[in-house]
Amino acid sequence: MKKIIIALVMVSLSSLAHAAGGKIHLDEANIDLTDKSSLQRGAKLFVNYCMNCHSASFMRYNRMGKDLGISDKLVADNLIFSDDKVGDPMKVAMTIEDGAKWFGTPPPDLSVISRAKGSGSVGADWLYTYFRSFYVDESRPFGVNNTVFKDVGMPHALWELQGMQKLVNADEVKASGATPEFALVSTGSMTADEYDTAARDLTNFLVYVGEPSKLERLSLGGWVLAFLVFFFFVAYAMKKDYWRDIH
Amino acid sequence: MSMLEKTLGWVDDRFPLTKMWKEHLSEYYAPKNFNFWYFFGSLALMVLVMQILTGIWLTMSYKPDAELAFASVEFIMRDVEWGWLIRYLHSTGASAFFVIVYLHMFRGLMYGSYKKPRELIWLFGMFIYLALMAEAFMGYLLPWGQMSYWGAQVIVSLFGAVPFVGEELAIWIRGDFVISDATLNRFFAFHVIALPIVLLGLVVAHIIALHEVGSNNPDGVEIKKNKGADGKPVDGIPFHPYYSVKDIVGVVVFLFFFSAVIFFAPELGGWFLEKDNFVPADPLKTPEHIVPLWYFTPFYAILRAVPPIGVSQFPGVVAMGMAIVVLFLLPWLDRSPVKSIRYRGVIYKFFLALFVVSFIVLGWLGTQPAGGIYLILSQIFSITYFLFFILMPWYTKIDKTKPVPERVTFK
Repeated sequence: MKKIIIALVMVSLSSLAHAAGGKIHLDEANIDLTDKSSLQRGAKLFVNYCMNCHSASFMRYNRMGKDLGISDKLVADNLIFSDDKVGDPMKVAMTIEDGAKWFGTPPPDLSVISRAKGSGSVGADWLYTYFRSFYVDESRPFGVNNTVFKDVGMPHALWELQGMQKLVNADEVKASGATPEFALVSTGSMTADEYDTAARDLTNFLVYVGEPSKLERLSLGGWVLAFLVFFFFVAYAMKKDYWRDIH
Repeated sequence: MSMLEKTLGWVDDRFPLTKMWKEHLSEYYAPKNFNFWYFFGSLALMVLVMQILTGIWLTMSYKPDAELAFASVEFIMRDVEWGWLIRYLHSTGASAFFVIVYLHMFRGLMYGSYKKPRELIWLFGMFIYLALMAEAFMGYLLPWGQMSYWGAQVIVSLFGAVPFVGEELAIWIRGDFVISDATLNRFFAFHVIALPIVLLGLVVAHIIALHEVGSNNPDGVEIKKNKGADGKPVDGIPFHPYYSVKDIVGVVVFLFFFSAVIFFAPELGGWFLEKDNFVPADPLKTPEHIVPLWYFTPFYAILRAVPPIGVSQFPGVVAMGMAIVVLFLLPWLDRSPVKSIRYRGVIYKFFLALFVVSFIVLGWLGTQPAGGIYLILSQIFSITYFLFFILMPWYTKIDKTKPVPERVTFK
């Protein structure tokens, strides 16, 4: 009987591992949701560079402020550029119709983008790699393409930070799925390392926005499991006691 | 007489409260040799109650409207007090329900629990399984993500494969030419009212039938054949307190694994919550792979394994339906004189193992893209799935069984 159970577990585990496989090369984001200054820098990047077109309409400004350790006043003064109140969701002025007209497809809401791009850490790795994989491609409407999101319909919104880069090994990437290699053709205001950090901060923020209660969930989980282990011994002792006479 | 006893007497004169308590709990004699596999009945009941309770609380904030549904789920995840926990309990609970039900059904297969006199328990159980599949399928549309939408689109369009009336039938089910607001509203009605009522009724019937004939056990021995001087089965023990305290231990162990998923991996790597379902439903954008949730994938693999006739997918739909129908027929397909796998011969063990492997491999294949080696494997394992049932009257008859003991044993 034990063999059957072990076999069942083995088969299900191997299929789990298989489901995790993917084709596009992703760099590890290594984000830290407990790093509040990283999240705050990410929030600043998000409202300055993303929120011109993308909303995070399931997220409220003041909830973000509370979780990131930013007071309502600071949020209102520095992170809200419209006449929204701090209790409002993070919406953009652009209508869906305008977005569709200007970009071909409306810029998606980014509230749960980190969860839509993959389970576990895959979503974060996807975003982190995506931010760093824009390259010059004159055939595209905005002059850029992306190795993670082929023929993406948006410009490189962070170009003034990163600068512009070209894809060095385009043929190998296309032919054998090799790891893309980039080279800067114009410099931005950040060094490569600074830009990687910025991409990580922004990723961190989007992962937070994807599930604001994640840290609460993880910390509560430890207590729940600890209680269940404790209660198991109580329940098992009770069972043993009731069953002493059953042979 | 105390106040409590007086009140109880007053009630008992008007309603068989004490009588029911005794019949179903304190004087329901269950075999004393239940093993690990006998936890899953009570666990299924607990998960059903949990799904109903979390479902009620979700319904308080959920909006069955194509424009609002997706956002209302995220509202629950963010703005409702403990909403994230309630939602994860419900979404993980659905998968846990199927894990439990599959193990519960496998127990029935191992110990011949469907055999005479328990055919009706098995049939009620199978109807519960059917209702549960409908409940899960309709519930999965409600978050109104891409996989909700396209999964429903694929499954409902299967009805379109029925000859002559198919297209009309599919439109009638959807209430529209595509999955739309009308579909969402009717699925919501079925998910929160119609099917839960059916499920509860069937569960009551399942338990009444069980308590009428008594529980089977890992030895497949009828404990009612050996009664003591007091008229009680010598190998039986009252369900309460013996199995109630034992099942608490089972519940705690289950909750440990269940909580581990809820708190540390609620998506379970995309198996319990698919990543595409975090993208709002878009009728104009078909996802790359439309994959049903894991508990349907064995049947989905069978569906795809059968080649179409011309352009009609009907043969595959029939095969998928038959894969479920044959389970209903088990009590009449099995001709073995013994119930439990402990006393069956090597042939039954071989076929049962083949069936389990087929079911699991088909489940995995159902998540993979169709075609190539996957298609050939799906076809092979679909055949072995059905062989378990088709050959059963033959192999259970010729199989060499071992003598069944008079009394239950502890192994």
